[in-house]
Amino acid sequence: MFSTVNKPVERIDAYEKVTGRAKYGADLQFAGMLYGKVLRARYPSAKIKKINVERARSLPGVWAVMTAEDVPCNEIGVIIQDQQILAKERVYYIGDGIAMVAAESLETAARALEAIEVEYEEIPGVFCPIEAKNESPIHPDRRDNEIIHHKLRKGDVNKGFADSDVILNREYDTQFVEHGYLEPEAVVAVPHENGSLVTVYGSVQNIFATRDAVARCLKAGLSEIRIVQNHIGGSFGGKDEVVSSMACRAAILALKTNRPVKMVNTREESIVESYKRHPYKMKYKVGATKDGRLSAMEIEVVADGGAYACQTPFVPWRSVVQATGPYEVPHVKTDTYGYYTNNVYTGAMRGYGSPQVIFANESLMDELAQELGLSPLEIRMKNILRNGSVTASGQKLDRHEVSLAEVIEKAAKAIDFEEKYKRYSKPQSGDTRRGIGMAISYRGCSLGAEAVDAAGAVLSIQKDGSVYLYSGLAENGQGLKTVFCQIAAEELGVGMKHVTFLEANTLISPDSGSTVASRSTLVGGNAVLNAARRAKDALSKFVADQFGLSSSDLVFEDDYLFTLDGKKLISFAEAANKAFWAGVQLSHVGWYVAPSIHWDEEAGKGNPYFTYVYACQMAEVEVDMGTGEVTVLNMAAAHDVGRAINPEMLKGQIYGGVMMGLGYGILEEVEIDEGYILNLNFDNYLMPTSKDMPTIIPIIVENPDPDGPYGAKSIGEPTLELGAAAIANAIAQATGKRIRSLPLNLERVLLGYPLKKGRGKK
Amino acid sequence: MSKIEVNITVNGAKHRLEVGPKERLIDTLRERLHLTGTKEGCGVGECGACTVILDGEAVHSCLILTAQVDGSEVLTVEGLEVDGRLHPLQEAFIQHHAIQCGFCTPGMLMSAKALLDKNPNPTREEIKTAIEGNLCRCTGYEQIIEAIESAANELQAASH
Ligand code: FES
Ligand code: FES
Repeated sequence: MFSTVNKPVERIDAYEKVTGRAKYGADLQFAGMLYGKVLRARYPSAKIKKINVERARSLPGVWAVMTAEDVPCNEIGVIIQDQQILAKERVYYIGDGIAMVAAESLETAARALEAIEVEYEEIPGVFCPIEAKNESPIHPDRRDNEIIHHKLRKGDVNKGFADSDVILNREYDTQFVEHGYLEPEAVVAVPHENGSLVTVYGSVQNIFATRDAVARCLKAGLSEIRIVQNHIGGSFGGKDEVVSSMACRAAILALKTNRPVKMVNTREESIVESYKRHPYKMKYKVGATKDGRLSAMEIEVVADGGAYACQTPFVPWRSVVQATGPYEVPHVKTDTYGYYTNNVYTGAMRGYGSPQVIFANESLMDELAQELGLSPLEIRMKNILRNGSVTASGQKLDRHEVSLAEVIEKAAKAIDFEEKYKRYSKPQSGDTRRGIGMAISYRGCSLGAEAVDAAGAVLSIQKDGSVYLYSGLAENGQGLKTVFCQIAAEELGVGMKHVTFLEANTLISPDSGSTVASRSTLVGGNAVLNAARRAKDALSKFVADQFGLSSSDLVFEDDYLFTLDGKKLISFAEAANKAFWAGVQLSHVGWYVAPSIHWDEEAGKGNPYFTYVYACQMAEVEVDMGTGEVTVLNMAAAHDVGRAINPEMLKGQIYGGVMMGLGYGILEEVEIDEGYILNLNFDNYLMPTSKDMPTIIPIIVENPDPDGPYGAKSIGEPTLELGAAAIANAIAQATGKRIRSLPLNLERVLLGYPLKKGRGKK
Repeated sequence: MSKIEVNITVNGAKHRLEVGPKERLIDTLRERLHLTGTKEGCGVGECGACTVILDGEAVHSCLILTAQVDGSEVLTVEGLEVDGRLHPLQEAFIQHHAIQCGFCTPGMLMSAKALLDKNPNPTREEIKTAIEGNLCRCTGYEQIIEAIESAANELQAASH
């Protein structure tokens, strides 16, 4: 049915990447290039009384030493502009920059940093978001520390609880997590290049967000700033605000010195400075009838936003929408809050406010099942959303297939859930015990009512029949370029080798918002499809005229144009050539605006997303009762993606997401003690290795969505959001003990509480 | 600072270099020889992105001082392709979708090559052990392991 789409075609950037030719930010060289470095704060909360840069400035080989005073506009931020490029008067967190230098070599830059004298006065900080609620504001211009409060209301929870036979109250919490992209942040800023005021190359996730920040900080026009994306060594939501800040710094140094300036973080600098996944403290109250039907849920979530607002206004919004899990609950009251603290700031990370609430609501569902004497499968099958269901926010699901039952059945079958669940429910003895657990989710695709949701792409057919394509969305390693080229090749009926993808560049590409929220295939893919259709229409019309046919009589396939009954008319290349010389427009802009949605912030209801994806993951674990060590043996991951544009790349997303979820569940935690970060490199921030791998069974479910290109929806984030919850449920079955905090590492599994390293109180 | 003369062969090419006593091999490769395929992900020997093959052994080039490797032979990712022909491991990585962001890829390839040079027919467990020191945040390792298995088969078939 398809020739390029739905096929496991090779990644178009694979050759460059396996040969070492692919250039990442740190690999770039420019004539006369200087090295930029940043002096970071010594305390997480302090006043800066004095900075003396004279000695640093006088060192040979040092071209610039700059502080907040030298920054034209020092505050940036996509939503709230409170993030300092360099700390001015006040240090808000341990990763704040105090001063920066540009020097001939890294060694000289390091010497210059040492020569900067800073006088601080420590101020007591606020490190707990719950305490932050009542503490005086850490940002002096704010009334209090509340960054955001979102609510959702459905029905009347008091009535719902009154009608319940069983009510459970539970508290869950989650940890700070590092993105762990393997490439530390890197940019090079080049002044006055090809008509731009400054060009920034590097590992930028969101070129337009970074451009907006650089323009703001330089007080320049958006069209004076060129941001060009290079190969990027992973991002997972992480190379946004922190890279914007780096780009601003490098741009300022480059303009000051009139030389290209390269900035590359060490891993330690990356971990101390970059924003993390939000830790959540969650209170859940659930009521159900004795036959296992949910009657009410009341939820309160507090997120630690850290020092800067960053994405905190939006992350808890996704949580407020999805906090009940994918269940029909007649009465719901949910409140989510984000507070400022003096911890490292928190922002977007793959999942974006969903893994936290899924850990809670899916643990809760198992706890409730146990209370009612039901199995995890039974309680879910009784309550899941189905076609025509109304969600917690009051949205009726009637535009696409609500496939929860299908993903659950497929995952259960693949991992033999029911049999194993029964077996592991019997009393176990010995040093190792086994358990199996599950978790399910629904996830709103793309941005939702957070923001405008539109994207553009440009496609141009050349006179030799080759095609180039670019878009405002950017490759982050996930395979966007390949997927976009597949869509273009499919539509034009040409082979992949004829399609070239150009890197994202803010002075060429149409502003398409950010490459986030698993929106690229869905929203960006539609824009590519639209551009390809326009180009194809122009070519069809021209060729049809030549042959005395109508456009609808033509079929584009295998690099040729055919009639409907299969007669070969002309090759694509020849048609393109003739059309070009006849003056036919073969370069087209495609644009796509997502279907309209709305959210009533006051009433706490609405249709927040135009479509959803559904998923189920199941995990089988073995726990060593003597050491608390958890081995994840098997995981099944069933995801309805609408349509798999590239099934092998899609499996890659599933494998990678499952492993990231496993890390979140049992290994990873950025340990923070009174604002100080204790694990600054991979020797003590533990990410999953090949030795931690379970056998992973990826299951692709395809229910094409009317709004997706070829029916495709999303995959990036759903893969990661379920693993921790499924593993937690499996551990609870194995050990008979329920642990309500992540990660489920040795200490928690063995003792039930964490052993805190470090100096301060917990 | 006194300079030390070092003779090394990198991807078959001989180099005579004058290096400082603290210069790391990764910096020699990336900064002096412009072989930027070798990546730095942690600088402390934990991520494996900087893996190269030094006299037949996979090593972390961020932990090695160039001054210590006088007389040695180094192979980096740039040296895998011979006369425009990709190494079977490179081919297999492409075919099995063992690459996402690609930042771990050069190091993975070098660890895999060092393994197959010594053990042409490794088990899945042996492959996992060989790449245990190479972190990959994107792929979840599965397709990397499949690629290494398939390259091993390919190489075996070719040698018979
Ligand atoms: S950079 Fe050498 S092991 Fe990470
Ligand atoms: S492909 Fe990104 S770290 Fe391995």
